[in-house]
Amino acid sequence: MSSSSTQFATSRQMGIYEPFRQVSMWKDTFGGDNLSYTGASTIGEVDAKLENKFELVSHESVQPSGNDEEGNKSSDKAQRRLAQNREAARKSRLRKKAYVQQLETSRLKLAQLEQELERSRKQGLYVGSPLGTSHVGFSGTVNSGIMAFEMEYGHWVEEQHKQNCELRNALQAHAADIQLRMLVESALNHYYSLFRMKADAAKADVFYLVSGIWRTSAERFFLWIGGFRPSELLTVLLPQIEPLTDQQVLDVGNLQHSSQQAEDALSQGIDKLQQSLAHTMAADPMSGDTYGSQMAAAVEKLDELESFVSQADHLREQTLRRMSSILTTHQAARGLLALGEYFRRLRALSSLWAARPCEPV
Amino acid sequence: MHYQTESWGSYIPATTMTVGGDPLERIERLASESAVVIFSMSTCCMCHAIKRLFCGMGVNPTVHELDEDPIRGKDMEKALMRLLGNSSTAAVLPVVFIGGKLVGSMDRVMASHISGTLVPLLKDAGALWL
Repeated sequence: MSSSSTQFATSRQMGIYEPFRQVSMWKDTFGGDNLSYTGASTIGEVDAKLENKFELVSHESVQPSGNDEEGNKSSDKAQRRLAQNREAARKSRLRKKAYVQQLETSRLKLAQLEQELERSRKQGLYVGSPLGTSHVGFSGTVNSGIMAFEMEYGHWVEEQHKQNCELRNALQAHAADIQLRMLVESALNHYYSLFRMKADAAKADVFYLVSGIWRTSAERFFLWIGGFRPSELLTVLLPQIEPLTDQQVLDVGNLQHSSQQAEDALSQGIDKLQQSLAHTMAADPMSGDTYGSQMAAAVEKLDELESFVSQADHLREQTLRRMSSILTTHQAARGLLALGEYFRRLRALSSLWAARPCEPV
Repeated sequence: MHYQTESWGSYIPATTMTVGGDPLERIERLASESAVVIFSMSTCCMCHAIKRLFCGMGVNPTVHELDEDPIRGKDMEKALMRLLGNSSTAAVLPVVFIGGKLVGSMDRVMASHISGTLVPLLKDAGALWL
């Protein structure tokens, strides 16, 4: 064929291969691992779309191949080629834009899916998944108790967030004490209702509660007998409730002191329980006939664990009640807002941590 | 809390009349012997916790380990259960008496401490100074 057709072949090659090159560039920029997720079916669709468009381009390039004979027509040809190139480039840019947008939405979807997976994996342990059944078997009633708790707790967190927003708005709007009082009472009752929920969950499976798996990872770091430390509560509240009267300073000081003592006492009790259980489990492995009584003794100790969780929640509730009786309505409102915000931030920290970019395996 | 042993005595079934008198009388007697009396079980971890609580406050309680009294221990435990109004068979111990008066189980003691009423009670009973 003539030189023009060779030239044309080159431009045709350019027309086809340029988008390919660009696609591989995009893949490199946005991370190869993004494309390997099967969940992102939209990316597969994008690939298919791109392939169709490549075929279109090649068809377009093929058509005028018969008409390149004279000089006049060759300048027209050149014009048309340039126009086609521009067109191809434009379409290529549009496709790139679409592709990038698809990648972004897929990334967001992926982060959401990962979170959901983590939550349902925890539940999955109780829904008889292959992983779950390999653990100590749970009866049907235990499963439902824990699953009910998980759902209720999810709602509890949402409600907590709503109440906190209401508190914040009321404080910013300098609402009257009567209004603040109502919000404070609701917020306190909301915490008390959590302790009741936890009591039911402890009956269903105390280990589940004490493991803190129902909480986010950062909250778990601070876990003490299935919840927050009363002394931690006071640390969060105190900076937010100043100024205090002399009597309040005295009362708060006493509360810090007594809650710390109670906390220490329960901690020592739990330590003793651990030692005692370890001792029971570590008894003579050679004597086969004490196995049954060993296990029976161990199960009794686990009942004690439930009573410790109960006492710990009781301590949390008493500390909250005492605090609310020492403070004025306005101080209590600020304190509760600070407390709610504190837990919200811990949860946010956990999400950030979970979503951090990982090294490719 | 003041209770009259005569009326209590009519509710105690005859089977619990063991050597040493009826268990409730024994409890009352032991409770009035010291400022702070704890009825406990040596293996019970909550009892351990309550002992640590009082010791941490600088109080020196008198502890009666009911499992170390094979004859009267069980009866006293049952009597304490009735005293507290516990219907369930769940752990009733530890039970605390201050100044001869019944304070209650772990949750009552903790609630009292958090609300600030425990320390005055201890001071009145002479268990705490300063």
